[in-house]
Amino acid sequence: MTALPDAHGPKRSWWKSNQQRVTPWLFLAPGLFMFAVYVIWPIAASFRFSFYDWDGLSPMEWVGWGNYVELWSDRNFIISLKNNIVWLVLYMLAVPAGLGLAIFLNQTVTGIRLYKSLFFFPFVISQVVVGLMFAWFYAPNFGLFFQLTEWLTGTGTAVLANPEYATYGIIVAGLWPQIAYCMILYLTGLNNVAPDQIEAARLDGAKGLKMLWYVVLPQLRPATFIAVVVTVIGALRSFDLVSIMTNGGPFGQTRVLSFYMYERALSEYGFRMGYGAAIAVVLFLIMMVFITGFVWKMVRDERGH
Amino acid sequence: MLRTSRLTGPLGTGLILTAALLGATSAMAQQRALVFNTDTSDPAPKAAFEALIADFEAEYPEIDVQVNLFDHEGYKTAIRNFLTADSPDLANWYAGNRMKPFVDAGQFMDVSDVWADNDLTTQLASAESSMTIDGKQWGVPYTYYQWGVYYNKALYEQVGAEVPETYDQFVENCQLFKDAGIDCLTTGTSQMWPAAGLFDYFNLRTNGYDFHMQLTAGEIPWTDERVRETFAQWNRLVEPGFITANAAAIDWQDAAALMSQGEAANYVMGNFAVATFRDGGMTDETLGFFPFPTINPDVERAEDAPTDTVHIPAGAKNPEDAKLFLAYLARADVQTKLNTALGQLPVNNQSTVDQNDPYLAAGFTMLSEASGLAQFFDRDATAEMAASGMEGFQEFMAYPANLEDILNRLESDRQRIYAQ
Repeated sequence: MTALPDAHGPKRSWWKSNQQRVTPWLFLAPGLFMFAVYVIWPIAASFRFSFYDWDGLSPMEWVGWGNYVELWSDRNFIISLKNNIVWLVLYMLAVPAGLGLAIFLNQTVTGIRLYKSLFFFPFVISQVVVGLMFAWFYAPNFGLFFQLTEWLTGTGTAVLANPEYATYGIIVAGLWPQIAYCMILYLTGLNNVAPDQIEAARLDGAKGLKMLWYVVLPQLRPATFIAVVVTVIGALRSFDLVSIMTNGGPFGQTRVLSFYMYERALSEYGFRMGYGAAIAVVLFLIMMVFITGFVWKMVRDERGH
Repeated sequence: MLRTSRLTGPLGTGLILTAALLGATSAMAQQRALVFNTDTSDPAPKAAFEALIADFEAEYPEIDVQVNLFDHEGYKTAIRNFLTADSPDLANWYAGNRMKPFVDAGQFMDVSDVWADNDLTTQLASAESSMTIDGKQWGVPYTYYQWGVYYNKALYEQVGAEVPETYDQFVENCQLFKDAGIDCLTTGTSQMWPAAGLFDYFNLRTNGYDFHMQLTAGEIPWTDERVRETFAQWNRLVEPGFITANAAAIDWQDAAALMSQGEAANYVMGNFAVATFRDGGMTDETLGFFPFPTINPDVERAEDAPTDTVHIPAGAKNPEDAKLFLAYLARADVQTKLNTALGQLPVNNQSTVDQNDPYLAAGFTMLSEASGLAQFFDRDATAEMAASGMEGFQEFMAYPANLEDILNRLESDRQRIYAQ
C-alpha cells in the first residue's frame, strides 16, 4: 500500500487504519463461528463426556479414566477395532482398482461417455441402497450369491450369517462405490497427463508397466493423494453399510468403531453416553493420525517442499 | 369434541374444522389441553388410538387431547429428549424393567392413587407386579399379547404329526419334519429379539417363572447348572439341525414367509406375527397356535406377554386430566374396544375378547391360566444385559459348541452390569 497524503487530518478512525487487517477476519467470521459451534465444541464435549458415566437422564457422574479402562477389556471394542483395521487395509484396494478402471476407460471409442457413466453409477446411488442390494445378493435361500455357491459346492454360503466372512462381505459392498469414486478421480487426472512427455517416453522406448510407473503415475500424484484421503476417511467412517446389512451381527462380529459407538450411546439398548463418547474419542484419535499426515503433506506441497 | 391442534390428519380437513370452529373460539379457550406423545404409528394401532381419543373427548368435552405421533422405532430415542426437554402430559412406554430407568431418574409420575381409586389392583391384577417399582405404580397397562408356537397345519398333516403337549413329542415331530425336508422350527434372528423369545420359553419351561425373573434381574450367575440345563434342552433342536440354517442373516418376516410357503413347520413368535402370516396367504384353516410345550412337568406354566403402557411424565403440565385419562384407559369397556381394534388382549380382567379370532381366544385362555407373566427378555433384563444376552443366544444357535464361552462371557457381563 502506498502512503497517501492524509486529507482528513492526522487522526484516522480505527476502522480506516485497521481495515486491511480486519477484513479477512470478518469474512472468515461466519465460517469460524460455524466451525467452532458444530465441530470444535462437540469434539470438546465428547472429550468431557468420556470421563463421565451418564445415561442422558440422570445426573452425570465423574468416573475419570474408567470408561477407557473398561474399553481395554471390552471384547466387543477389540472386535470393532480389529474390523476397522481390516476395513482400512482392504478399502485401499479401491485405489489401484479405480486406477485400473480409469486407464481402461481412458480411450476414445464410440459411446465411451456412456460406459464411463455406467461405471460411475454405483457412487451416485445411496449407500443404503447399495447395502440393501448386497444384503439381498448374499441372502440365505433366495440370494443370487447363495444360490451360486449352492450350485457350485452343494451347500450354499450365507455370507452375512458367517462371522468369518461377514465383514469381508460388507467391505466388498463398500468397495463397489468406492472404486467408482477413485476411478472418476483418476479419469480427471489422466486428462491432465502431458501428451508430449508420453511421446518423449515412447521415443525412448518406454512402454507398458514401465511407462505407467515412471511417466504416468508421477503425473497422477495429486489424484492419488485425494483418492487415498477419501478412501481412508471412507473406511474409518463406515457405518451405514454395517447398520443396513448386518446391524453389527452375526453376534457382533461385524461391528466397527463408529457403529459400536452408536450402539452404546444412542441405540435401543445403549444410552451409556460416557462410554460411547470414549469410543468416539478413540476413533477421533485414530483419524487424527491420518488427518495430521494429510494436512502436513498438503502444507509442505503448498510451500513447494 | 373436535380438535384443531392435531399434528396428524389431512391439512384440508383441519382448515375446514378451524373455519367451522371460529364462532366457538371462546368455548375453545376454556378447554383444558392434554398433550399425548405416542408411538402408535402403524396403521392398526394408529386407528385404534384415534378412536380411543375421540371417545375420551366425547365423554370429557372440556378436555382437548393433542396427539404428537412419533415413528415407532424413533420414539424409543425421542422419549429421552422430550421427557427432559418438553414434557407432554401422557406418554406411551413399556412395563417391567424397561420403565425402570425413567422411574429411577424421576421422570415418571407415581400414579398409585389412580390404581387405588379405581380398584385397578383387582382389575389389572395380572400386570400389577410389572407396573410396580418400590411399592408404587408408575403407569397404566392397556394391552398385551401372548407368545407361543404358531404352526403350519398342512405340514403337520403331510408328515402325520400330532400337535405336541410335551417337548419330547415336539422333538419327535422334528425328526418327522426333517425326514420330509422341512425345517421343524424357523426363526430369523437378524434383529436378535426372536432368539430371546426362544430363550425365554426354554428357561421358563425348564426352570420356572421365579428362576427366570431372578436370572433376568441379575441375581443368578449365567454359569449356573440350571441355565446349562436350559441350553441343553434348546440344543436338542440346534445340534440335529431342526432350526432353519443361517437364521442370523434372516429377518423375522422372511422366516415367517418360510412358514407360509410350507418350508418350515413351527415358529415361536408373538401374536403380532399373525398379520404377517395372513399376508403370506395363511388362513385360520392352515395357521395354528399352541402354547409352548411342557419341558419339566414339575414347573408351573408361565408365559411371555409383553405389556404396553401409558405414563404421566413428571414434568406434565396437566397431571389432573392426565390421571383422568389413565383411569379411563384402565376401564374394562374401554380396553375391550381398544384391543378389538388393536387385535391384542386387554389387561383388564373384566374386559372381553373377540372370540372370532382363534389366536386371541387361545391366547386369552392361556394367559388367564398362566402362573406368571414375563415381559420378554429385553424388557425384564436391563438394556445392556439384554443386548449381550441376545447376542449370545444368536451365537448359540449358530455354534452350539461355543456354549461354554458364551456363558462365561454373559456371566462376566452380568457381574459388571449389575455391580453398578
